[in-house]
Amino acid sequence: MKRRLVEILLVACTGLMLAACSGPMQEQTVPAASDVFAPDGPGRWLPIIADGLHDPTGPGAKQLQNPAEALFYLPSAFSGNKVRWVEAIEEGYIEPRPSILDSNYKMQVLDLDVIRTRTGEMPMVLFPHRKHTEWLDCGNCHEWLFKSKRGATRFGMFDVLSGEYCGRCHGAVAFPLVECFYCHSVRRKDLKTPVTELEMHK
Amino acid sequence: MTSRLRSHIPLPALGLFPGAVMMLGVFMLLTPFPSSAEYGDVVINKRAEQAGMRPVIFPHWFHRIRFRCRVCHTEVGFEIRAGSNNILMADIIEGRFCGKCHNNKIAWGPQNCQLCHSGLPGLESGVIGGPTTGGPSKW
Repeated sequence: MKRRLVEILLVACTGLMLAACSGPMQEQTVPAASDVFAPDGPGRWLPIIADGLHDPTGPGAKQLQNPAEALFYLPSAFSGNKVRWVEAIEEGYIEPRPSILDSNYKMQVLDLDVIRTRTGEMPMVLFPHRKHTEWLDCGNCHEWLFKSKRGATRFGMFDVLSGEYCGRCHGAVAFPLVECFYCHSVRRKDLKTPVTELEMHK
Repeated sequence: MTSRLRSHIPLPALGLFPGAVMMLGVFMLLTPFPSSAEYGDVVINKRAEQAGMRPVIFPHWFHRIRFRCRVCHTEVGFEIRAGSNNILMADIIEGRFCGKCHNNKIAWGPQNCQLCHSGLPGLESGVIGGPTTGGPSKW
């Protein structure tokens, strides 16, 4: 009897999930190929007029650039914007301006890796300053959000999932939080030196 | 309790149950939200609709191809938190916030109302779109 109940519950849940997922997908009108310029069509990115956010009847919707048009040639990822943004900069696909006030401004890139060791059963978190300082200033994170001193900023995954600390960007603009192992990338058994010596290195 | 269950349910079914729950969990994480706008799009609708305009849609993807984060979040002074920037149209016209670039010199100017004010009526302010978890408070 119990097993039967559980089965019914599971089938109902799966059905609901499927219905919830397929509903909005079917409502969106698929635009003609000429509307969206991309070699593999409009599949990866929704066009402006069908993204559920822009008003397709408004005058602006047809004037704005579609994501597919700009993003299809960048290194691809599975989540977020479907773009590996850091690789796009490093490999020269894009060259975003570092400043609008000073035409000679160079980004202050810092090549310093930080390992956060207290991650429970997950692999440890490797934070590469270099990838972040190619986009951001020191002052965007320090000292108000993260202290420079080792171990001075205490936060957990719960804070990040609620949009604090790393979650200010990751989960909103930078790659989303479904990519656990982008951050949790250092397995304990792979380390040859004791963890305490490795909290900051390079 | 467990032993009683075990005697009634065949072993393979017991193994199936946690698996199915896990599958469901993964499914919930990976399915896109109904509003499937581009990841990082920000709806700014604190005042727009009250003033009779469409909500503003700010596309992060469009801007980060052209500018690094620091340009807006250091030089222009946008705080990294949707809703904490009090943007008035008067500020933009006088060259603050969006108006630091959207001034007909770096980018098109604030006379092009429809290019920003392009959202569907009734949208709520905030970062929308993309396969985020939304945080435990939203599960």
